[in-house]
Amino acid sequence: MSAKEWRKLFPILDQEVNGKPLVYLDSAATSQKPIQVIEALDKYYKEYNSNVHRGVHTLGTRATDGYEGAREKVRRFIGAKSTQEIIFTRGTTTAINTVARSYGMANLSEGDEIVITPMEHHSNIIPWQQVAKVTGATLKYIPLQPDGTIDLQDVEKTVTEHTKIVSVMQVSNVLGTINPIKEIAAIAHKNGAVMVVDGAQSAPHMKVDVQDLDCDFFAFSAHKMCGPTGIGVLYGKKALLNKMEPVEFGGEMIDFVGLQESTWKELPWKFEGGTPIIAGAIGLGAAIDFLEDIGLDNILKLEHELADYAMERLSELDGVTIFGPKHRAGLVTFNLDDVHPHDVATVLDSEGIAVRAGHHCAQPLMKWLDVTATARASFYLYNTEDDVDAFIKGLTTAKEYFGHVF
Amino acid sequence: MSSNLDQLYRQVIMDHYKNPRNKGILEDGALNINMNNPTCGDRIQLTLKVEDGKIESAKFDGEGCSISLASASMMTQAVKGLPVEDALKLAKVFYDMMLGNDYDDASYDLGDIEALQGVSKFPARIKCATLAWKAMEQGVGKKEEE
Repeated sequence: MSAKEWRKLFPILDQEVNGKPLVYLDSAATSQKPIQVIEALDKYYKEYNSNVHRGVHTLGTRATDGYEGAREKVRRFIGAKSTQEIIFTRGTTTAINTVARSYGMANLSEGDEIVITPMEHHSNIIPWQQVAKVTGATLKYIPLQPDGTIDLQDVEKTVTEHTKIVSVMQVSNVLGTINPIKEIAAIAHKNGAVMVVDGAQSAPHMKVDVQDLDCDFFAFSAHKMCGPTGIGVLYGKKALLNKMEPVEFGGEMIDFVGLQESTWKELPWKFEGGTPIIAGAIGLGAAIDFLEDIGLDNILKLEHELADYAMERLSELDGVTIFGPKHRAGLVTFNLDDVHPHDVATVLDSEGIAVRAGHHCAQPLMKWLDVTATARASFYLYNTEDDVDAFIKGLTTAKEYFGHVF
Repeated sequence: MSSNLDQLYRQVIMDHYKNPRNKGILEDGALNINMNNPTCGDRIQLTLKVEDGKIESAKFDGEGCSISLASASMMTQAVKGLPVEDALKLAKVFYDMMLGNDYDDASYDLGDIEALQGVSKFPARIKCATLAWKAMEQGVGKKEEE
C-alpha cells in the first residue's frame, strides 16, 4: 500500500475546511486516527466496558484482557524485556514527571547534576527545574551545534561524575534533529547517571528498541501515533522501578491497606493508582497493531521523502528561513520574511491547510534560534507530495498577500 | 483569496502593522506592563502615563503578529486622553466586538478599531487582538492599587 491508500483509512481527512480539501500538516502536535483505532474504542464501549482487575464477571475479564493485552503490545513495540516495565500514564508529560518526582526527588541532592539540552520540550525541562529547586541539584545544558545537532564531545564535557540524570529527546519537535540516544546513554552510564528519553516524536515514526538504546526510562504518548489522547507510556528498567516509590496513591495500586500503613502492588500496577485509562490503552494497542501492519520502516522512509521534497520546494521560494539540520525527521520548521508565523498559519488555514505556529512548547529553543515564534509543517503516513504542493502554493499566496502591503 | 481573509486583514490593520502609532517606551515614572501570550509567544510592553484619573499618554513595544501589533497600535491611539473609567469601558466594548456580540458603537468613537471586527470570525486569533487591551487593564489596575 502507498500513502494514498493509507490515507483512506483516516475518515477525518476526507473533508473540506474553508471550502478546500483538508491538508493536515500538524501531526507532530497530534496525529489523526485510523478507522481501526476508532472502531476499537467504539467496540470497547459498546461491548465490554467494565473496570479491570477486580470484577469476577465476564465483562471485567474481557476488559482486563484488553487492557493487559495492550501492555504486551507496547512491550513488543519498544522491545522491553517485561510487561512489568510498561506503565500506562496520561502521556509523555506525566511519564517524565513520574520519573522526576519519584526517582529525581529521592535520589538527588546538593552537588548533583541533571543534564538536558536547550532543544527540549517544556515537558522535559520544567520537571527537572522543579527537582533542582527542591533538592539543590544543578540543571545543566549540553550546548547545541549551529545546525541544531548535538556533538558527542559536548556531551562528554557536560556530563560529569556528579551527573545523576541525563534527559534528552530522541527527535526534536522543532528542529527535526534525530539525537544519538544510544551514544548519549553510554556516556551517561559511564558517569553513573541514568538516561531518560523523551520519545514523544520518535516512537510514532521509527522503530524504537529500548534495550538496544540501553536507556533507563523512555516516555511517549499514544495520540501522536494514531492512538487516542489521554494515554501514554513510561518504560523503566525493572531494577530501577522496583526501588522507586509511587507518586499517586489510592485504589488499584495497593497490596494491603491498614489503618496507619499500606503496601503496594508489584510492578507495573504500583504506579497506576485509580481506575486506569482502559479505553485509551485498548486504543493504543489498536494503534500499535495498525503501525506494525504498515511497518515503521515504511513510515520513516515516506516521511524522509516528504521532508526532503518539502525542503527542496521551500528552497525555491525567496525569503524562507528553515530551522534545523539537513538530515531530519518528517517535519519542517520555517519562517517567511516579513510575515509573522501566525499570519502564515491563518492564510494557510483559509486554504484548508493546517500547520502549527508559535513557540512549540520550546521557549528556550526559540531563544537559542533568536525568534519569538516559527511555523511548522509536520508529516505522517497519510501525507503525500500533493499535500506538500498545496502547502507551497499556500505559502506563495501568503507571500503575495502580505507582499503587496510592504 | 477568501473574503473572510480580506475581512481579517483590512487595509487599515495592515497600515497600523506597517506604521505602528505610539511605538516606544515612556520613561519618567510611567506605568510599565509586560504581558505575553503564552500559547504563541506574542509579547507586549505597554507604558502608560496616568494623571488625575486620565490616560495622558500611552506607548507600546513588543513582538507579535500583524493582528496583535495593529491592535496595540490602535489601542494606544484610542485610550490616549481618555479618563481611566472610559478606557476600561472601551475595553469591554472591544471584547464584545471580539466575541461577535452586539457592541456599543454609540458611546465612543471607535475609529480604526472597528476594522478589527473581522477577527471575531477567527477564534484562534482573538487572543492576539486582546493582548494589548488586557495589558492596559492591568496597567490602570496597578495605578488604582497605588
